[in-house]
Amino acid sequence: MPEIRVTPLGAGQDVGRSCILVSIAGKNVMLDCGMHMGFSDDRRFPDFSYITRSGRLTDFLDCVIISHFHLDHCGALPYFSEMVGYDGPIYMTQPTQAICPILLEDYRKIAVDKKGEARFFTSQMIKDCMKKVVAVHLHQTVQVDDELEIKAYYAGHVLGAAMFQIKVGSESVVYTGDYNMTPDRHLGAAWIDKCRPNLLITESTYATTIRDSKRCRERDFLKKVHETVERGGKVLIPVFALGRAQELCILLETFWERVGLKAPIYFSTGLTEKANHYYKLFIPWTNQKIRKTFVQRNMFEFKHIKAFDRAFADSPGPMVVFATPGMLHAGQSLQIFRKWAGNEKNMVIMPGYCVQGTVGHKILSGQRKLEMEGRQVLEVKMQVEYMSFSAHADAKGIMQLVGQAEPENVLLVHGEAKKMEFLKQKIEQEFRVSCYMPANGETVTLPTSPSIPVGISLGLLKREMAQGLLPDAKKPRLLHGTLIMKDSNFRLVSSEQALKELGLAEHQLRFTCRVHLHDTRKEQETAVRVYSHLKSVLKDHCVQHLPDGSVTVESILIQAAAHSEDPGTKVLLVSWTYQDEELGSYLTSLLKKGLPQAS
Amino acid sequence: MKLYCLSGHPTLPCNVLKFKSTTIMLDCGLDMTSTLNFLPLPLVQSPRLSNLPGWSLKDGNAFLDKTELIDLSTVDVILISNYHCMMALPYITEHTGFTGTVYATEPSVQIGRLLMEELVNFIERVPKAQSASLWKNKDIQRLLPSPLKDAVEVSTWRRCYTMQEVNSALSKIQLVGYSQKIELFGAVQVTPLSSGYALGSSNWIIQSHYEKVSYVSGSSLLTTHPQPMDQASLKNSDVLILTGLTQIPTANPDGMVGEFCSNLALTVRNGGNVLVPCYPSGVIYDLLECLYQYIDSAGLSSIPFYFISPVANSSLEFSQIFAEWLCHNKQTKVYLPEPPFPHAELIQTNKLKHYPSIHGDFSNDFRQPCVVFTGHPSLRFGDVVHFMELWGKSSLNTVIFTEPDFSYLEALAPYQPLAMKCIYCPIDTRLNFIQVSKLLKEVQPLHVVCPEQYTQPPPAQSHRMDLMIDCQPPAMSYRRAEVLALPFKRRYEKIEIMPELADSLVPMEIKPGVSLATVSAVLHTKDNKHILQPPPRPAQPTGGKKRKRASDDIPDCKVLKPLLSGSIPVEQFVQTLEKHGFSDIKVEDTAKGHIVLLQEAETLIQIEEDSTHIICDNDELLRVRLRDLVLKFLQKF
Repeated sequence: MPEIRVTPLGAGQDVGRSCILVSIAGKNVMLDCGMHMGFSDDRRFPDFSYITRSGRLTDFLDCVIISHFHLDHCGALPYFSEMVGYDGPIYMTQPTQAICPILLEDYRKIAVDKKGEARFFTSQMIKDCMKKVVAVHLHQTVQVDDELEIKAYYAGHVLGAAMFQIKVGSESVVYTGDYNMTPDRHLGAAWIDKCRPNLLITESTYATTIRDSKRCRERDFLKKVHETVERGGKVLIPVFALGRAQELCILLETFWERVGLKAPIYFSTGLTEKANHYYKLFIPWTNQKIRKTFVQRNMFEFKHIKAFDRAFADSPGPMVVFATPGMLHAGQSLQIFRKWAGNEKNMVIMPGYCVQGTVGHKILSGQRKLEMEGRQVLEVKMQVEYMSFSAHADAKGIMQLVGQAEPENVLLVHGEAKKMEFLKQKIEQEFRVSCYMPANGETVTLPTSPSIPVGISLGLLKREMAQGLLPDAKKPRLLHGTLIMKDSNFRLVSSEQALKELGLAEHQLRFTCRVHLHDTRKEQETAVRVYSHLKSVLKDHCVQHLPDGSVTVESILIQAAAHSEDPGTKVLLVSWTYQDEELGSYLTSLLKKGLPQAS
Repeated sequence: MKLYCLSGHPTLPCNVLKFKSTTIMLDCGLDMTSTLNFLPLPLVQSPRLSNLPGWSLKDGNAFLDKTELIDLSTVDVILISNYHCMMALPYITEHTGFTGTVYATEPSVQIGRLLMEELVNFIERVPKAQSASLWKNKDIQRLLPSPLKDAVEVSTWRRCYTMQEVNSALSKIQLVGYSQKIELFGAVQVTPLSSGYALGSSNWIIQSHYEKVSYVSGSSLLTTHPQPMDQASLKNSDVLILTGLTQIPTANPDGMVGEFCSNLALTVRNGGNVLVPCYPSGVIYDLLECLYQYIDSAGLSSIPFYFISPVANSSLEFSQIFAEWLCHNKQTKVYLPEPPFPHAELIQTNKLKHYPSIHGDFSNDFRQPCVVFTGHPSLRFGDVVHFMELWGKSSLNTVIFTEPDFSYLEALAPYQPLAMKCIYCPIDTRLNFIQVSKLLKEVQPLHVVCPEQYTQPPPAQSHRMDLMIDCQPPAMSYRRAEVLALPFKRRYEKIEIMPELADSLVPMEIKPGVSLATVSAVLHTKDNKHILQPPPRPAQPTGGKKRKRASDDIPDCKVLKPLLSGSIPVEQFVQTLEKHGFSDIKVEDTAKGHIVLLQEAETLIQIEEDSTHIICDNDELLRVRLRDLVLKFLQKF
């Protein structure tokens, strides 16, 4: 029995280190290869020994697909390909291919240079890993091998984020990666056609949340920033260098321009300008408005936002600072946070989801006394605000995508177990499809029943279609033919053609039955009586009386003869071929009952 | 399968392919050579032009349109191969009752829009007080001076479309990417492939499960800025339609670029100005890139380059954002991230300046000597007309023709006598005949279809037998307004066997490696997809509640029984009969076989090589028993 097997190595009932193994029609595909922000030990990477126990990664996997450049989706890639060892193709979109190595290098620097970790991947490994990447364009069908094909759809979540369809023959799986169903200030909404996959693997970060309208959230955000700046406070917005940052920059930039604010806005690290440059060059991946107007004004050229210098953090007066990384788990955002945390005039706005174990998660869950390195305790007096700007689909969006793709089964990853449970029920109720939510290392097996494509000879098909397009429910009509299977070439032809092709002669099987009738008249008259009787009974059939005295019903021949011994009995010889057996045997039993008396 | 050929212009094709109940238009190029029959539209009133004898300024702009060979409202889809080949789109989508979809890549649409916008802008900014059309009447046309007198099909010449029509036409386009498989009505799949000629230019594969037509239009094997041509995917085509080869087969584009640069440098050094009539996109990017590398070494760094077009800015900006559609070298630049084309740097350093028209800022910045890139290459409208008038009288100046679409001598005709130098450096990167024959050897289509111009040497070089397509079997040629029946025999169609039915099939091996299974199934056809489902279970008798009518029992003769094959060995057959309780069996030999007599049952079985005949009394049980014994020896089909 063919089946699809799915095993999350990461992101099963969890957010972080996305890595999902899919086996479909004998092909093995790895979806994403991420790291976990909440751990700094072995658990930060997916457990690849699940595969390596039984052999090399390259032998087992047909390809690896990376959905977007966030580290929880690609952070383990150099470790996976260079340290564990994988030489097969890695597919991702062009913007992901451009931005991914930069974020990996950033991540490596923090891990090695700042935390002093040994046994981490090197810069060279990142380069070598990226050499294995093949760029995929939207909607392009990429033939991984003769049977396995993949296709990318726009996902909207960050620049270059894509959903992927993985297809072998008539079986297919769609993996959403992270996606956003509502367009934002710089990206469009995710879209997929009605591709009816056997399985849809969707993220479920916001499985239970229905977010209010984007406009309200934006207004809230601007109001909070404005108030803080007005009272002379400093606003810290921890972000990842690419993605949300650009959206919020566009938002603040237009607000500053409209209201005429003077307080400086800074963006930390040199990465920013480069990041904005990527956005300028990948305009076709942004939303429609930006694409339409970029010739007149490129939205990613900011007037009010300037590069941040470490010294600015201590300067007096209000300011807004975007700093990386977004979950306050390391780097500049954490440094600034420690400086500003003690002042209640200041504010930190967390614009995205924070993984458990990070400082961001701790302050969002209400913790106000943080234990830092060296047993220092940091008291948080500044205001902590959470604004969901992460570009994930909310529950409504997830339902919308399921409705768009019309899958036969749904599998949830990249979310918290409790919330998944709720969404699972909702999906099962609304769409009447099975929904799964495996934990890491747990395998879901779905039996599939793929139909078998064969070639039908046009002659046979046309003969059948000529008899009317719609099959009649009351009288099902059967198409009869012979399937010739030669190697992997399957052809359905008419039986005559099959015989001819194989050089075989037809063997005709014929039956002739003697039916004795009590009839004293002459044979010719008996024949006439048989004819009129059959004519009246068999209204839908072609009954003929031939000049030589015989009667035919379709191709069945009936002849009347005298009985050799009994002149009062006539013998009807009913003769038919095997192909007409039903009708032939029906006729004999009908005639056996005798003819109606002549009136 | 038929091909309706609506255009006789080999590089501006327009064909309609009828394939498996779909009607597909391949390109809709606009042949603008008829504009050469008209006077230039000057931006400034020119007494010289309006007083030229033998020329009429009355009628404005007219373009050749399609004949009514086919009802264009029946076209289901239009496939666009590059931005030059879509210029007639508004005429078709807006005026023929067309209700289908147009497929094109994003660069084709964006740059195509720019070309149309420029065209409309050029025409609309010099409005005409009156227009004449009565001359198109055959009786009057006869009396007109040549070449108008000899122009064919003038009734199909049209006024230029409006921006509103352009926008409406472009809104009917659906964007596609290379190697994207697009299903048309479940019957046909179309796929664009990179053709290497321009940004987003594509060849198309039109295929069903068993047939494949390749449409090759405007392809290039030279390494310029676009993504290289995808040749491998064209393999195994039944028919390859070949259009859009180079218009100047004898010119080497690289040599032409060199000549262009040296002539440009020479003129400027002597204090003259250079005019380059060009389209706002395409070769101009390559020319600017060459100049970028050339100007410093040639000592031209102080010379201003002007690019004047209503869409100059957009064209330069758009070229930088289509990374996915560029050649590998340019793609890697984007990863740095740097703009893929060096004209960004030329603009930044103020060496290249662009203006929407000669009015406004340009008149303040204008410095001579300079180099001006501007349209239209026909020299009949656009800012180029002004520069021809301005610079034509001085022999210091040079006009360099790089676009191959118009005869430069004809283009210059209304400006004669001219003192300025004229250099003809046509740069056409499309396939030449050597490349074509290599390509055809590589992809080996069963049949090649091409415009008739390609099956014979050009009229001006009739001895050059190498300037034509050479392939086996010889290419089928078409001319304008012809309908070709493509040599195609469709034999098979894809059908899906549902898994439940597949499980019930019993294959038997007939020869090594060849197995057979008889299939009786119900055919379902929906959206041009065929599915075989298992036959329904025979309906249960309704239990006698309903009165039975005689006709209920009559079997449907359409229930087919399989054919039989094989032969029956008599001895084994008799043994089998005995085993099943028949006794008193006699076998008689006949000329062709045997007769087996079952005396007790008064039954006779004639067995021959290819037939068996059972003759018995009307005893259904007996007959069925005998039948099954016979069938044991035969194979069913």
